[in-house]
Amino acid sequence: MYAQMVRSTGTLKSRAEMTPEEAAFQDRIDRGERIEPQDWMPEGYRRTLIRQIGQHAHSEVVGQLPEGNWITRAPTLERKAILIAKVQDEAGHGLYLYAAAETLGVSRDALIEDLLAGRMKYSSIFNYPTLTWADIGAIGWLVDGAAIMNQVPLQRTSYGPYARAMVRICKEESFHQRQGYAIMMKMARGTPEQREMAQDALNRFWFPALMMFGPSDRDSVHSAQSMAWRIKINSNDELRQKFVDQTVPQAEFLGLTIPDPELRWNEAKGGYDFSEPDWAEFHEVLRGNGPCNADRMAARRKAWDEGAWVREALAAHAAKRAARPVAAE
Amino acid sequence: MAPLFELCLRMGDSTLILGQRLSEWCGHAPVLEEDIALANVALDLIGQTQMWLGLAGEVEGQGRDADALAFRRDAGAFRNLLLVERPNGDFGHTIMRQFLFDAWHLPMLRALAGSSEPRVAAIAQKAEREVAYHLERSAGLVIRLGDGTGESRARMQAALDALWPWAGEMFAGDGVDAALAAGEIAPDPARLRPAWDGTVDAVLAEATLARPAGSFFHRGGRAGRHTEHLGHLLAEMQFLQRAYPGAAW
Repeated sequence: MYAQMVRSTGTLKSRAEMTPEEAAFQDRIDRGERIEPQDWMPEGYRRTLIRQIGQHAHSEVVGQLPEGNWITRAPTLERKAILIAKVQDEAGHGLYLYAAAETLGVSRDALIEDLLAGRMKYSSIFNYPTLTWADIGAIGWLVDGAAIMNQVPLQRTSYGPYARAMVRICKEESFHQRQGYAIMMKMARGTPEQREMAQDALNRFWFPALMMFGPSDRDSVHSAQSMAWRIKINSNDELRQKFVDQTVPQAEFLGLTIPDPELRWNEAKGGYDFSEPDWAEFHEVLRGNGPCNADRMAARRKAWDEGAWVREALAAHAAKRAARPVAAE
Repeated sequence: MAPLFELCLRMGDSTLILGQRLSEWCGHAPVLEEDIALANVALDLIGQTQMWLGLAGEVEGQGRDADALAFRRDAGAFRNLLLVERPNGDFGHTIMRQFLFDAWHLPMLRALAGSSEPRVAAIAQKAEREVAYHLERSAGLVIRLGDGTGESRARMQAALDALWPWAGEMFAGDGVDAALAAGEIAPDPARLRPAWDGTVDAVLAEATLARPAGSFFHRGGRAGRHTEHLGHLLAEMQFLQRAYPGAAW
């Protein structure tokens, strides 16, 4: 997941307004064909995908930070190993996604510069702090759970490299979600203090997790073109509803309470009714005013700036190697 | 204390503390590939810790498992090399520390793979494959960063000079080592020096770095006399187990 409010470039055109090339392209999408890097594509499609895949990649990279915050304090050797492996997977997801974006003609470094300059975003969820060990469970359970909900359909997205990256990522994400739930289970069935941490983590992460699907459909202005291009498959509200319906019984099983007094089963619609998140808060977080925005960006800038000498040295060494006669190797 | 128990702590504490140090890098490395590689090495070291400290607990026979040993001992009971508790410093420091350790760790494990104690040999054989890769990677990076730019060479030389006095401890044996060597459970530490010198000299030469001349080295890790840094590392690592005794995680 992790692509929220990606602005589509270009307004939705009717058939009559399309050039013959655009119409042929739309026909391919409508037939369910995959678009590959060498194929013709509208500039708007290319630019929207770069933004979406780039935002997704940045989210994986920034997403290492809230979990990394607990690696050095993980409570057992096994939990430490699992968390390191998970954060390592996330860095790997970042790599596949940057590679998918590169097929659209943009370099990884250029995307990173855009992130660091504030021209590109990452998911709002990673601007919330991880305050206790239970938050690591809540992130796996709720955040990875929400990500899976969004990413499973993206395995069928129209752009081949993105769809294939999603297939690999989804496999690993479902493992992450199970690990997160396992942590929650231990905490929810542990000492009174652990139960309290588990409930507190759910209280703090519930609404931010619902925000991950993006604004309500009635306010989501960017979806129509992306849906026509099959860059986006389901609407924000559809996915949010599915997530709530899946998650409520899991919380009940843990003996935890979803922090929403309006939550109740609606027999007629066959799903839960629930409160919307505070959208004013969501927009503030996107504007940079979440509790951790400044810290997250500072950490990424520091890593990038302090790593410059390493990247330069590796490039310089590679150039020296390339310049040497083969026989000298 | 039984020499076999001490050996397991010496191995497992060094892998634990170095794994913990490497995991501090998570999300902060200079390039994404290095985030992944550092995590990978940390993961191997934590896995080896589980085996060494697991065996230590078994040998001790007092009901302590690997987690009890990792999370509920104070600094004075740790037996790791002082080198691995050195702070990460810049990326060059971290890689140089890793290289100096790996260049010892691999021949140590190769020797332990032939131990007369089968449980030690089994762990060493498994770990050896992982550590061969660690050494290949750290040596490769020392070469690339040493023979990179002027700045990178200066940083790598500074790291080498700063870490050098912490390396000699690896080869300084004590009574426990003598007993282990006599029982053919573990090698005499001094015996590992030629292999280490060979690796280090070859890599430094290719990296265009100068081997420091000094022969002074700090010691104490094997006897539980550590630097100031270990207490802070443990305070962070052991926090949850200390703050919530008796909880299961």
